Amino acid sequence: MNRTSVRRALVPGMAVLALALSACGGGDAGSDGGGDSVSGKVAVDGSSTVYPMSVAAQELLAEESPKVKVTVGESGTGGGFEAFCADKTDISDASRPIKDEEAAICEEAGIEYTELQVATDALTMVVNKDLDVDCLTVDQIIKLWGPDSKVKNWKELDPSFPDQEIKLFGPGTDSGTYDYMAADVIGAESETTRSDYESSEDDNVLVQGVGGTEGATGYFGYTYYEENTDTLKALAIDSGDGCVEPSAETAQDGSYTPLARPLFVYVNNAKYNDNKAVAAYVDFYIENLSDIAEVGKFIPLSDELYSETQTALEGIKG
Amino acid sequence: MSVATTTAREVTRAISSGRSKDKNVGSLVFLGALWFSLFFGVMVLLVLIVDTAVKGAPRFDSELLTNYGSIVRPESTGFRAGILGSLWLMLFTALFAVPLGIAAALYLEEFADKERWWNRLIEVNLQNLAAVPAIVYGLLAVAVMALMGFNTTGIVLGGAIALALLILPVIIITTREAVRAVPQDIRQGSLALGATVWQTTWRQTLPSAIPGIATGTILGLSRAIGEAAPLVVVGLAGSVLFDPTGVMSEITALPMQIYSLTSNSQEDLRTAASAAIIVLLIMILGLNALAIFIRNKFQKTW
Repeated sequence: MNRTSVRRALVPGMAVLALALSACGGGDAGSDGGGDSVSGKVAVDGSSTVYPMSVAAQELLAEESPKVKVTVGESGTGGGFEAFCADKTDISDASRPIKDEEAAICEEAGIEYTELQVATDALTMVVNKDLDVDCLTVDQIIKLWGPDSKVKNWKELDPSFPDQEIKLFGPGTDSGTYDYMAADVIGAESETTRSDYESSEDDNVLVQGVGGTEGATGYFGYTYYEENTDTLKALAIDSGDGCVEPSAETAQDGSYTPLARPLFVYVNNAKYNDNKAVAAYVDFYIENLSDIAEVGKFIPLSDELYSETQTALEGIKG
Repeated sequence: MSVATTTAREVTRAISSGRSKDKNVGSLVFLGALWFSLFFGVMVLLVLIVDTAVKGAPRFDSELLTNYGSIVRPESTGFRAGILGSLWLMLFTALFAVPLGIAAALYLEEFADKERWWNRLIEVNLQNLAAVPAIVYGLLAVAVMALMGFNTTGIVLGGAIALALLILPVIIITTREAVRAVPQDIRQGSLALGATVWQTTWRQTLPSAIPGIATGTILGLSRAIGEAAPLVVVGLAGSVLFDPTGVMSEITALPMQIYSLTSNSQEDLRTAASAAIIVLLIMILGLNALAIFIRNKFQKTW
């Protein structure tokens, strides 16, 4: 009887002891012992479009300098800037330039930053090779893919187009490509496209679908089109200044709008100069930019744009 | 466990084994409907698990557990950071939530005056809190971290606070049930021998209720380990390539990695995500098995 009560008292006692121990444990995680190589922490957050690139940089850097502890998040361009201007992150990924109101918040917090372009993201609208359509205006894209669209035949878009039923293919709603199309190209308030299309997260399925279906059209990242030019025809886009064919050049010089956009990383200047780990990560990122862009399936920067980025990077060093 | 379920079970057993005198059409139809509901629920679950297991089958290898995530080599990507992160989160979630939850439940059950309006208010709110969406607890944890003066939230501490808040109502409610199930005779016996209310609670009531408390706690933890939404809100990073070293260490969690990879355009990464779902499932089933074991091993009947 007596022994039992002792044991019974032990159990809750141990729970309390465990709590007390937990209060003592934990604590120093920030201070790594100084080694010969660079060590420290880097916090990256922002656009989910740029995320694969920043993760690739993180991974390749980890092989060289494992003591640089990088974390990469994907809370979106807006969410990224919010954390960046609150001094919570060192680097912010962005699929658009920083907005004036975001810049104002950064300025108020006394955060100076530098914008580095890292790649170009381009969508390509493709059609089946046999279809006699070569160019769409932006209005026609919106009419075809808008959330309320009921367009079922190419003739409905333009009387000169063939009398052919339209079969639509596109990425699923989870993908960044979809978000780009819905929010930036179509720009409907709901940030959606029409939903009655064949969707797949696997771009190869889309390529096969459009390539093998009469009257089919779809959209996906430019690099997938580049790999499949033999089965697909890319549509030129007319945004007011005539039809522009998609290519790495037109995407980078800005004429292939609105289906191409630059991708950026924003670097906190003070963190770059004070924290060797941030500098190591950013330097590595820019040095290996073309390999990294390839992993993310984006268009690598042209030589001209790359040297601009390098100049901007030099400018951070105070 | 409770009287109601036991009675219902006995009645159903009587009907299904044909021992019931009540063999009219209505009760047979009702029994059929019950069987169908059970069959439907189990089948959906089974199809889902088998489908996921088949998709993930090519990646059931040790690299899945020991490698960090890789986008450069998607065929050998792993979930080491997520698995370790989730384990650390569970440890600290339990350390925060269990003592608080048990203390709150003991107060409400043994000490609080149930006639007072504030105690009744707390009681109603507890029931409501258990039904609050998980993401709200993420927001709450961000606020708590800000009040405590932390600038970085994507760390073990932030995630553990969110998950502890999330499972606190569950722990309080199950602990109260377990404490309530301890027969009144034991308390009265202890009090009659001259023990104070505190001594009675600490030495008699609480130890007798431990199996029920442990079961509830582990079931709460197995809910927490599968949560992704509150951790996203807290700001846990999606990609971490190092092991956690302490409560202030940046981490990621297994459900977050799975969420991020299931919609990836690379097939290899989606396959790995399916395999990781099975790993998460095994972790949860392991916790549940532990709960069942503790309940069976230590359960008392009076």
